[in-house]
Amino acid sequence: MNSVFAAVLARDLRLAARRRIESLLPVAFFLVAISLFPLGVGPEPQTLRQIAPGIVWVCALLAAMLSVNTLYAGDLADGSLEQMLLAPGSALQLVWAKAAAHWLVSGLPLIVAAPVIGLLFDLSSPALATLVVGLLLGTPILSLLGSLGAALTLGLRSGGMLLILIVLPLATPTLIFGAGAVDAVGSGLSASGHHSLLGALLIASALGVPWATAAALRISTE
Amino acid sequence: MTADPRSAPHAMPLTLYTFSSPPRFYALTGVLVPVCWALCVALTAAGLWMGFFVAPTDATQGEVYRIIFIHVPAAWMSMLLYLVMAFWAGIGWAFNARLASMVARAIAPTGAMFTFLALWTGALWGRPTWGTYWVWDARLTSELILLFLYLGYIALTEAIDDVRRADQAGALLAIVGSVNIPIIYFSVKWWNTLHQGATVSLTAAPKMASTMLTAMLLMTFACWAYAFAVVFTRTRAVVLERERGAAWVSELAAGGAR
Repeated sequence: MNSVFAAVLARDLRLAARRRIESLLPVAFFLVAISLFPLGVGPEPQTLRQIAPGIVWVCALLAAMLSVNTLYAGDLADGSLEQMLLAPGSALQLVWAKAAAHWLVSGLPLIVAAPVIGLLFDLSSPALATLVVGLLLGTPILSLLGSLGAALTLGLRSGGMLLILIVLPLATPTLIFGAGAVDAVGSGLSASGHHSLLGALLIASALGVPWATAAALRISTE
Repeated sequence: MTADPRSAPHAMPLTLYTFSSPPRFYALTGVLVPVCWALCVALTAAGLWMGFFVAPTDATQGEVYRIIFIHVPAAWMSMLLYLVMAFWAGIGWAFNARLASMVARAIAPTGAMFTFLALWTGALWGRPTWGTYWVWDARLTSELILLFLYLGYIALTEAIDDVRRADQAGALLAIVGSVNIPIIYFSVKWWNTLHQGATVSLTAAPKMASTMLTAMLLMTFACWAYAFAVVFTRTRAVVLERERGAAWVSELAAGGAR
């Protein structure tokens, strides 16, 4: 029953482990992109502290969107995607496994790198903790939404740009609550409301988005 | 189908599906489009005349408020058309109804146009009343995101060469988007209140004079008529393009039709 999920997840993780440098690109992009902001905005610690959550979230969003592109592309190219869709067992599990693999490879490293960001932007430790919890709840949503975009734009010429255009509007609530949580802590409020909403979004998208992604895969490969 | 498409609607009883056949739709809208345009022109003339000459000057905003007669109908249309587009796209996908998909594709540019118009007139209205073209108010921001949703739909459907896949992928995106619209609206609203941004509220405005309301309703119906006319015209073009291999289209072309 869960064998499809486990098999696809293990396979994708093994593939990622064999292409180590490629798997590290999202987190490298994330760190480089974030480091550019102080150069553009100026080194004023107060300003940086204020804009840090927004920057972290926007860069996490872009890192997810730029890396999710290849989620189904390789499997489409060598024909294994069609085989997996034809195979017994539900396409939903395939989609869940793919999104989970994407999150483990490109979402989790961002969270691991978050303390470095805290250092760069002089974040207080409560703010940093809030940011990490928010990222833990929010980056899986980005992986799920990104996999929907990847399935819709599968095999298209301008896939990468198109995917970003399609997914960014859908990802605005995640961005708002993720960055808002840190802002709330910064102004002495509790972040639990924001985190609850992020959790609700995560549950809703974990249950809803894979259906849409599976349908999109069927549309794109038929 | 060998019957002459133009007489076909009279030849059989009218059902829900009568006009879902492209030739009959084409013939029907050929009659309806001029009517819609005439209605649009008449209603616009009446609405603008009422709005600009009959409706009283607003007590707080002066003459500036008169942009409301374009702004509010455009904003209503932008939201409504997205739902209508998602509805027809969904019908086209679920029941494999070709015409419904074509209508959905034809609605998208008009919806995007109304969204842009609402934003643009809003900016022009905001400048004299709020002192700025743009604030990150909840309504403005969600309208902007609505524009992005329209652009995403148009970009996706245009990027896919295979018509069937483009229709279905577009339908899926439109449905996901319409499910997301309330979430986006409320998240933006809460974001705005949490940020203590510009405290601009139109809901507390004083009650509207009845002539203002009449003018606004006239303009709304004018926008409806315009949307019908343009969407029908665009759908007719899509029908001709997609059905170019069909016999009735060649007959139409050979007859030097309208």
